[in-house]
Amino acid sequence: MSPVVTLDWMPVCPLDRLDLDRGVAALVDGVQVAVFRTASGLYAVDNLDPVGGAYVMSRGLVGSRGGVPTLSSPLHKQVYDLTTGRCLDLPGVTLTRHRVRCRDGQVEVRLRQEQ
Amino acid sequence: MSERLVVIGNGMVGQRFVEALRARDTGGRWRVTVLAEERRPAYDRVRLSAVFDGVDADELTVHTPDDGVDLRLGEPATGVDRARRVVTTAAGEYPYDALVLATGSYAFVPPVDGTELPGVFVYRTLDDLAAIREHARGRRTGAVIGGGLLGLEAANALRLLGLDTSVVEFAPRLMPVQVDEAGGAMLRRYVEELGVTPYLGVATTALRPGPDGTVAALDLADGRTVDAELVVVAAGIRPRDEPARTAGLPLGPRGGVLVDASCRTTDERIWAVGECAAVDGVCHGLVAPGYATAEVVADRLLGGAATFPGADTATKLKLLGVDVASFGDAHGVTPGCLDVTFTDPATRAYAKLVLSDDARTLLGGVLVGDASAYPALRASVGGPLPAPPLALLAPAGGPGAGAGALPAAAQVCSCNAVTRADLDAAIAGGATDVPALKACTRAGTSCGSCLPMLKQLLDAAGVRQSKALCEHFDSSRQELFDLIRVRGIGTFSRLVAEHGRGSGCDICKPVVASILASLGAGHVLDGEQASLQDTNDHFLANLQRDGSYSVVPRIPGGEITPEKLIAIGEVARDFQLYTKITGGQRIDLFGARVDQLPQIWRRLVDAGFESGHAYGKALRTVKSCVGDTWCRYGVQDSVGLAIALELRYRGLRAPHKLKSAVSGCARECAEARSKDFGVIATEGGWNLYVGGNGGFRPRHADLFATDLSTAELVTLIDRFLMYYIRTADRLQRTAAWIEAMDGGLDHLRSVLVDDSLGLCADLDAAMARHVTSYSDEWRDVLEDPERLRRFASFVNAPGVPDPSITFTRERGQPVPARDAGHRRQPVVLGLPEVRR
Ligand SMILES: Cc1cc2nc3c(=O)[nH]c(=O)nc-3n(C[C@H](O)[C@H](O)[C@H](O)COP(=O)(O)OP(=O)(O)OC[C@H]3O[C@@H](n4cnc5c(N)ncnc54)[C@H](O)[C@@H]3O)c2cc1C
Ligand code: SF4
Ligand code: FES
Repeated sequence: MSPVVTLDWMPVCPLDRLDLDRGVAALVDGVQVAVFRTASGLYAVDNLDPVGGAYVMSRGLVGSRGGVPTLSSPLHKQVYDLTTGRCLDLPGVTLTRHRVRCRDGQVEVRLRQEQ
Repeated sequence: MSERLVVIGNGMVGQRFVEALRARDTGGRWRVTVLAEERRPAYDRVRLSAVFDGVDADELTVHTPDDGVDLRLGEPATGVDRARRVVTTAAGEYPYDALVLATGSYAFVPPVDGTELPGVFVYRTLDDLAAIREHARGRRTGAVIGGGLLGLEAANALRLLGLDTSVVEFAPRLMPVQVDEAGGAMLRRYVEELGVTPYLGVATTALRPGPDGTVAALDLADGRTVDAELVVVAAGIRPRDEPARTAGLPLGPRGGVLVDASCRTTDERIWAVGECAAVDGVCHGLVAPGYATAEVVADRLLGGAATFPGADTATKLKLLGVDVASFGDAHGVTPGCLDVTFTDPATRAYAKLVLSDDARTLLGGVLVGDASAYPALRASVGGPLPAPPLALLAPAGGPGAGAGALPAAAQVCSCNAVTRADLDAAIAGGATDVPALKACTRAGTSCGSCLPMLKQLLDAAGVRQSKALCEHFDSSRQELFDLIRVRGIGTFSRLVAEHGRGSGCDICKPVVASILASLGAGHVLDGEQASLQDTNDHFLANLQRDGSYSVVPRIPGGEITPEKLIAIGEVARDFQLYTKITGGQRIDLFGARVDQLPQIWRRLVDAGFESGHAYGKALRTVKSCVGDTWCRYGVQDSVGLAIALELRYRGLRAPHKLKSAVSGCARECAEARSKDFGVIATEGGWNLYVGGNGGFRPRHADLFATDLSTAELVTLIDRFLMYYIRTADRLQRTAAWIEAMDGGLDHLRSVLVDDSLGLCADLDAAMARHVTSYSDEWRDVLEDPERLRRFASFVNAPGVPDPSITFTRERGQPVPARDAGHRRQPVVLGLPEVRR
């Protein structure tokens, strides 16, 4: 599975399909993306846990740490800043973020161009 | 102009040295390059064996990334040219103004025929352990050559890998360096009980290959042979002094880079730290003296005058499930010294204290079986005893010695040479909890055995330790429980709005979820509750390492009909699941994707099964023996009682998972005394035990009440469980809960039996509510299309299975494919780019 990077917005599901504070996984151009709706907005990150190596981030718990919205890995509980993707427990580890928006009641994701 | 510092070796001590130097070198005097042979940054070798206990290798990292340090992993130094002052590697040359050797040791392999055979390993690095694990697959026997500290750790590792393990030791007892004859004898009993076979007082003469060319057996000097398809050599270590040797630097009398008390070689620009250094001629094979050398050289390179303070050789054996500790003059070699020994065959404890001739000063000691006094004793070496000898050695539960009684100069953390005075100063300077103490003194950051003392010192200083659950709530779990119950709070959002702050986290959300579930707030996946559950509770199954789940149907008391066995077999076959009988008399089905879970449950529910709650912090199993139905010794129906108890408490959410067992007579075949609550039948009724557990720190349960009728027994267990659920801390097991209780078991008895707090009616009613409101969580999901919808791998492609979950076959069953992309890679810790 080699990820095709596109710059198109892909609809993934209706907004009301997302429960508050609970993630879902979506396939966007062959890439597994974890999408969340929280009180502070929509977030999309890679579903791949960069530490544990399994595709599980959509099943982590969202919350906050020191005021920033966070996501914790369900495997070994490392906590990531949802706004930057930075791991708050392990320096140097980051979770790739993707663009996400809601249009006409549809949640849409656009993959981040790889660096 | 900054000067160039080259460090060879990035082990525990090399790393500590670099950190110590960087912390003090505020003026940026040194530019640091570290050449490391291993491919991963420094890790905690002392806790190496923990990877066999399920700890991820990444958790052992002790390296903190530092942009000011050029760390070159996988690039060993190949030579040192002292005349030109450069270190060479295969990739290039590194000029230095100062050079620090931190190359550690290598494992010594005695000159015995056959040590070069495939299947023979040493036990030193994470790579060694990975190779051992790989070779152990599908093999059945293993042996360790060497019965010292390291050998026993290796033996336990082989045991955990499922090998029938032997240990061959040349000396007549195990751990000859650390323990005396009586301690060795006690240790031997433990080791044998674990299923490891010791061969003592005998040398290995050769290793022999089997037909496939890999090692198959050991020949012993007395003519015996020992089967071993995997051999670990743990016969000692030798300093890695080759860079010094080839550079023409003097070595110690038994090897090692010879340095003086300032840790400098005869070349004033070259220093040595850690295990490779022979300080005044003596090499130290422990991390504490190594750290001391690191501090000395860091100080010296910045113009200080520190000298090596002498070595603390205290050690504690970890991970065998047996505590063994030795400290100070354990062998009593000080002239005129006195021994106080204590042997208790019943609890299998052996202890020896070595005292000065006037019995006033503690010189050293050995503890086997129960080392709870170790931290306090070790810290008292060289000073007066903190309590009378027998009080100190009394098994856990006795008064023991508090850290509060220690003199200021006592070393509380020997790994990091931190004294009580240092800790008191830190506390006075504002450190109010254990993490703060760790951060500002480094105490407790290595082996961790001093952590209980840090807590005690905080207590002794009158610091009230915060009970806050996490940054979102200032209350403890118990306080939240009462708040939620008394105020009738039904949602997390209301709780956090009224009594907390922020949006919660992976600590407080599952706690609140568990409290709401204990108070009967409805299905765990209802409404907002669903967002609080850990992934296990969210999918009502256990998350495994590859992102798949395992499914465990309830099999109360372990009793199962042939039809049900067949039904499980058919489900496993049809969904291609790996099956394993668990330690709790159930059958675990592994390898299910989220989207398969409802289909699997449907089949199981139709066959009469329900959720076994193997995923939750909840009651797991009530194990049973066969009891008086079949067993000729049985005096009561253990199976009937186990089934009744398991059905009564199924679905009960608790601060920690709960296990139980019922044995039909005192022979205890169900191992009821290793459970949170266990029942043993007597001629006169049932005996109830509480507060036992297996796991990392096994503990036998305490006898709570005897000769109970079934009704009395059930009432007591009801109250015990409810009181525990209401008052325990997050993730606190029943044993720790009782231990932390003022008054301990007696207090518990007065609350639950004599109703001293007037709570019993309330506890009884709460349990009655739980029992009548139980419904199967799997069935509830199957009957609700709204909840069922969540069980898809992808929200936008409901039919597509998760392509990352793939299997290979092992012993005829599917297991996660090892090489699935990213797995098992070390964490990249923001290392500086490799610059040329
Ligand atoms: C299984 C096990 C359990 C232990 N348990 C305990 C315990 O309970 N308590 C205790 O105090 N101690 C214990 N020890 C010992 C402790 O780990 C060592 O004392 C400590 O690691 C020494 O640190 P060091 O930095 O000197 O050497 P090491 O940690 O061995 O590091 C040396 C590093 O240098 C590298 N190196 C060598 N040559 C070169 C070269 N030419 N170029 C570049 N790099 C090179 C090596 O690859 C290695 O990574 C244990 C050791 C083991 C293996
Ligand atoms: S515990 Fe007693 S009754 Fe139960 S199987 Fe063992 S011997 Fe028989
Ligand atoms: S004694 Fe080992 S960390 Fe303190």
